[in-house]
Amino acid sequence: MEIVVCIKQVPDTTEVKIDPQTNTLVRQGVPSIVNPFDKNALEAALQIKEKQGGRVTVLSMGPPQAKDALKECLAMGADQAVLISDRAFGGADTLATSYTLAAAVKKLGRFDIILCGKQAIDGDTAQVGPEMAEHLGIPQVTYVAKIDVADEAVRVEREHEEGYEVIEVSMPVLLTVVKSINDPRMPTVKGTMRANRAEIPAWTLSDLEVEPERLGLKGSPTQVRRIFTPEQRKQGEVIEAATASEAVAALVQKLSEAKIV
Amino acid sequence: MAVKVVAEACVGCSACVSACPFGAIVMEDGKAFITEACTVCGACVDACPAAAIVREQEEKQFKTNKEDYRGIWVFIEQMAGQIRSVSHELLGEGRKLADAMGQELAGVIIGRDVEPLAKEVFASGADKVYLVEEPLCGHYHTDAYTRIMIDLIANYKPNVVLLGATNDGRDLGPRVACRVGTGLTADCTSLGVDPETGLVAWTRPAFGGNIMATILCPEHRPQMGTVRPKVFKRPVQDFGRSGEIIRVASTVQAEDIRTKVVGFLRVCTTSCNLEEAEVIVSGGRGMGKPENFRLVEELAEAFGGSVGASRAAVDAGWKPALHQVGQTGKTVGPKVYVACGISGAIQHLAGMSSSDVVIAINRDSDAPIFKIADYGIVGDVLEILPLLTEAVKKQKQA
Repeated sequence: MEIVVCIKQVPDTTEVKIDPQTNTLVRQGVPSIVNPFDKNALEAALQIKEKQGGRVTVLSMGPPQAKDALKECLAMGADQAVLISDRAFGGADTLATSYTLAAAVKKLGRFDIILCGKQAIDGDTAQVGPEMAEHLGIPQVTYVAKIDVADEAVRVEREHEEGYEVIEVSMPVLLTVVKSINDPRMPTVKGTMRANRAEIPAWTLSDLEVEPERLGLKGSPTQVRRIFTPEQRKQGEVIEAATASEAVAALVQKLSEAKIV
Repeated sequence: MAVKVVAEACVGCSACVSACPFGAIVMEDGKAFITEACTVCGACVDACPAAAIVREQEEKQFKTNKEDYRGIWVFIEQMAGQIRSVSHELLGEGRKLADAMGQELAGVIIGRDVEPLAKEVFASGADKVYLVEEPLCGHYHTDAYTRIMIDLIANYKPNVVLLGATNDGRDLGPRVACRVGTGLTADCTSLGVDPETGLVAWTRPAFGGNIMATILCPEHRPQMGTVRPKVFKRPVQDFGRSGEIIRVASTVQAEDIRTKVVGFLRVCTTSCNLEEAEVIVSGGRGMGKPENFRLVEELAEAFGGSVGASRAAVDAGWKPALHQVGQTGKTVGPKVYVACGISGAIQHLAGMSSSDVVIAINRDSDAPIFKIADYGIVGDVLEILPLLTEAVKKQKQA
C-alpha cells in the first residue's frame, strides 16, 4: 500500500493576536506547527500501514523551513518526506497549490491512497484536497471520520450535517479527514533521532513536469484585494443578582426587551 | 500582479513588516524586502508612510471572453427533498447581486424527482431554474454532480456561481472550480460588488477569524464561492412569483460515479445540524458529568434550537463529535448562542464568535467567554439552567 499524506506548516492561529493600537496581526513569537488536521491524516495513514503494510510518504509545499514540519512527521513514523519549494510556487491560491502538489504526487509514482486534513487552520479553505483529486483524475471523499481498507476497496464514514454517510470507493482515492477520526500519536525518541538524521529532498520547479504559467501567483485565479481586522466583539453586561432565580428573571427580561425570546 | 518595494523611497521604518498578515516582509540592509510568502494582499501598500511600496499590474492574455458569461447562479442543495436553508439565504443575497449587476438570478436544481422544488426557488427570488432530473442523483455524489455542473456551465456560461459552505457544497465547489480552471473563494461571510471593477467582492475570515480578506476573481469565469450558512437572512418568499424552467438532460452514466453510498448513520438524539440552527445551547466542562447535558438539551428544546458542545465535553465522551463547536469542530453563527459551563478558550471562540447574541453562564467570573458575551450570569450552571428553561418556556407561551 502506497500512501501519500499532504501536510502544511501553519502559524498556530490560536496564538495569533491583534495589536489593539495598530489593528494588525501580531505574528512575532507565534510558533509554526503542523496543521492539526494533517496530523490526523498522518495518524490515519500510519494505522492503515500497520494493518496493510506499505509505505507512508509525507509531502509539503512551502518555504525551506517547512522541513521542520516534515521532520516532525518522520518522527511520528512516516517513512519518507519530500518538500516542494521554489519562489515560483509563492503566492499560490488553492488552484495553483493543488496543481503543484498533484505534479509532485505524479513524480512520486504509484499511489493507492492520498490523505489530507479537512482544511488548514490558517486559510480554512478545505479546497486543496478536492482540487488535487481533480488534477489527478481520482475520486475523493471529504470529511472522513472512519476508514476501513479491504483488498481493493475502501469503506469510509463521511461526516455530514445530520450524521454520517457510509461510502465505498475504489483505489486510488483521495480522502480528507476530520479531527474525530483519531488521536495522533506523539513522536518517539527513536523516531525523533531518525528524523533528525533524515535528508529531506527539496524539489524545485525544475524537478516537476508543470506548465510555469499555472504556478504560484501567476497561476492563481483569485487575488486578495484587501485584508482587514474584523470588528472585535464588545463585552456585554454581566447580570448581578443575589440569587439564581433573580439573575434568570433579569436575563429573560433583557432578552424579551431585545426581542430575542 | 506583484507588490514591489521602491528601494530608493524606503525609509526603513519597518511599518510594513508588522502590517503584513503573512509575515512576508523582512528588513535587509535597512530596506524592506518582500519574500515568496507574499500573497499580494496590499496591506503593506496602505501601511507604508513613505509610499515606497507599490502594486504593479501585469498585462495578461486570457482565453476567457468574460463578456460571454452572464447571470448569477445558486446551487440548490437539498436533503431528502427539502431545500436547505442556506440555498434560500443565497437566493436572497444572489437577488441583490443580480440587481446590482443588472443580470438574472437562476437556481440550479439537480436530483431525482426534484421539479416540485422549482416553485420554492422562484418564490425565494430566482428568475430562472436550470433543472436536471437524473435518476442516479437520488443522493449527492461528487462525480455525478460535478459532471452535471460542468455541462451546465459550459452551455449556459454563468458569471457567478454561489454554493452553500456545507459539507456537500465544499466537496462539490472545488471539484467544479478546478475542472473549469477558475477561482473559488471558500466560506465567505459577506458578498458585495467591488465598485472599481464590478466584480464580486468575496469577503471571508482567515487565521482563525483573526483577519478578514476580500478576494476577487478578475480574469476567470465563472466567479465562484461557497458561503457560510446563516450569514444572510432567508428571504420572505413570494409564491406569486414564477419564472422560466430550463430542463437540461444529464449526461451522467452509472460508471461515472466512483463512490457508492451504502448507508447512512444518524447518531444524534437531538439535531446536530448546528450550521443551520437559529439557536444553539452548548455545554462545556462546567457541566460536570454527561448526565447533566440533559439540562443543556432541555434549554435547547425550549428555544427550539440545537445542542453544541465544547472540545472538552466531546473529548470527555459526553457528546458525539458532530456537536463540537470550535476551531477543530464546527463553525456556527446562530441568532442566539448560549454557552453553559464553557470557559471560552480561543479555539472555541473561533467557532462561535460570529453569533448574533451570546449568552454565557459560568461559575468563574474571569472566564474569557464573558469578554465576548452580550449577557452573562456568574453562577452555578446546574442551578441556573432549569430556571432559565422554565422561564423561556413561559415566555414563549405568553
